[in-house]
Amino acid sequence: MVVTGTEAKLKKETLREIYWIMLLARRLDERAWVLHRQGKIAFHISGIGHEAAQVGAAFALRRGHDWVLPYYRDLAMTLALGLTAREFALGLMGKKGEPSSGGRQMPSHWSLRRANVVSHSSPVATQTSHAAGIGLAIKMRGDDAVVLTSVGEGSTSQGEWYEGVNWAAVHRLPVIFFVENNRFAISVPQEHQMAVENAADKAAGLGLPGVTVDGLDPLQVYQAVAAAAARARAGEGPTLVEARVFRMTPHSSDDDDRTYRTREDVEAMKARDPLGSFREFLRSQSVLSAEVVAEMEAQAKQQVEQAVAFAEAAPYPEVSEAAHPVYVEDVHHA
Amino acid sequence: MPEITLIEGIRQAMDEELARDERVFIVGEDVGRRGGVFRATQGLYEKYGPERVIDSPLAELSIVGVGIGAALYGMRPICEIQFADFIHPAFNQIVNEAAKMCYRSNGEWTAPMVIRAPYGGGIGGGLYHSQSVEAFFAHVPGLKVVVPSNPYDAKGLLKAAVRDPNPVLYLEPKKGYRLIRGAVPEDEEVLVPIGKARVSREGRDLSLFAYGMMHHYSLQAAQQVAAEGIEVEVVDLRTLNPLDRETVLGSVRKTGKALIVYEDNLTGGYGAEIAALLAEQAFTDLDAPVRRLAGPDVPAVPYSRPLQDWFMPNAEKIAAAIRELDAY
Ligand SMILES: Cc1ncc(C[n+]2csc(CCOP(=O)(O)OP(=O)(O)O)c2C)c(N)n1
Repeated sequence: MVVTGTEAKLKKETLREIYWIMLLARRLDERAWVLHRQGKIAFHISGIGHEAAQVGAAFALRRGHDWVLPYYRDLAMTLALGLTAREFALGLMGKKGEPSSGGRQMPSHWSLRRANVVSHSSPVATQTSHAAGIGLAIKMRGDDAVVLTSVGEGSTSQGEWYEGVNWAAVHRLPVIFFVENNRFAISVPQEHQMAVENAADKAAGLGLPGVTVDGLDPLQVYQAVAAAAARARAGEGPTLVEARVFRMTPHSSDDDDRTYRTREDVEAMKARDPLGSFREFLRSQSVLSAEVVAEMEAQAKQQVEQAVAFAEAAPYPEVSEAAHPVYVEDVHHA
Repeated sequence: MPEITLIEGIRQAMDEELARDERVFIVGEDVGRRGGVFRATQGLYEKYGPERVIDSPLAELSIVGVGIGAALYGMRPICEIQFADFIHPAFNQIVNEAAKMCYRSNGEWTAPMVIRAPYGGGIGGGLYHSQSVEAFFAHVPGLKVVVPSNPYDAKGLLKAAVRDPNPVLYLEPKKGYRLIRGAVPEDEEVLVPIGKARVSREGRDLSLFAYGMMHHYSLQAAQQVAAEGIEVEVVDLRTLNPLDRETVLGSVRKTGKALIVYEDNLTGGYGAEIAALLAEQAFTDLDAPVRRLAGPDVPAVPYSRPLQDWFMPNAEKIAAAIRELDAY
């Protein structure tokens, strides 16, 4: 099923906020690429092109109340949930006080306990069954939270993913399975991952509804995720929401996408950049003026500068911290 | 004190923990109406209902993964893997997720949970119903691994595991489920601390380290050779990770000789860790080379009776190894 764009009814204030987080994510992400080229960080994995989908999804949740198990591309989503620019910059550099892992994990391995953003690992899709387990616990306790977990379309090939989705469907758990389909898993195109046209088509075989939306439009994603969250909260079970997006960069700072896709393809994506099209949409609706756009740009630039300067000046963790906390008993050493 | 079987100790532990803490629940294949294929959860479904004794889909990684999720939310799951041989699909969840959760989040997230798995051979189970998997998991920091050898420890270690704030892999010597009986008090709380070995028989001639079913046979072998004047000190390791190094080293400092018995195949098995520990920290106390008695290095235990017997260590093989080491 493809949902086409009826407009979500959001306040102008909220629309501006959505744009602001997309913008901040973009500028931070671009800066991370520069830091990598300068040799100041060891790794970056980018969310450029995914921002609309991520922020649209996050805004459809009760942020801070609902639970989120993101994947590595979800910078914009995690910012929407409460991560700060400074915290992201600390993570890039593996500096002390970095909230996801204290510098233990590579950048973009999100965790933010205060916002119910759960720690994830690198092996893809492993968070899927955790989301089902959290959904199970919510149901057991009679709480009204819902869970959202995300992956790329390639990761829906994993048994990890199927088993988690199946569980949630069998037990009608309050979980939203969010797939950010950018058509590539590193270099491997979607048609080598699945025989169905949309990742959401897999839902039928598992017994839950699946919808595909234009992930370049935050409002379409907002609407689909809001509907899924309402279903979940009403005890009607999980939904699979697939957002069609573009990965406008190489897979990561270790990748060279010229080896598997043409520059024309990439330019065509950039022509449909969700940040630009959402800005133009908001301008056409008189939600954003040229002055406000310029102000936001200046503010984003300043936040990025300050975050990077803060992180560069921040200390590394003490080497002794690396030995802890292996077990809960030595958490206090950390 | 009433005598109960090892599996009854396991069942009692789950029953008491379910009654004590409403966050505790059981999840696994056939654990509900059937009461488990070995009947470890017998009666619990009737007593606590389908929401706390959950028949899972036939899918091990999600038995553990769903358990992790529930633990992250504050529950205390007991995940049953029907046979240790089928734990391998859940390896990723146990090793990459549960065990690393605390460290990778710098203590922000933890996965307090128990994973129960019947293991071990000698029951006609062939290659895929006989495996010993402890070496894979004892290697993993962040995970605790325990193995009871008698009903008292079975009960006490499982109750301790449920209360432990970390993920605990609880390996059950399934051959001993009904074979091994012992006294367990009815009117007091039975708790056995994780991380403590137990000297189950004192002796001065050599130290014998074992766990699970092999500990049971080791006591029998020690009894046999006692008649010949060899006094074996038997140490039941009980917890493989974290290992009780003091008890291991203390025993060898006293006896000067060490035999390690395990029913996994020899190479890279858990006994290698004990041997390495002794080589590093008790070298000058040793009067003989450290000796390991374990299964042969074939892929797993064969089915046919004489082939299975060839694979499995037993009291006679252990007694022979004791005599050999004693004579060194
Ligand atoms: C289990 C596992 N296998 C391989 C990898 C290496 N890897 C990291 S990301 C990735 C591609 C993922 O593609 P997709 O799920 O489509 O998400 P995308 O990166 O396109 O957003 C691969 C192969 C991994 N992290 N985990």
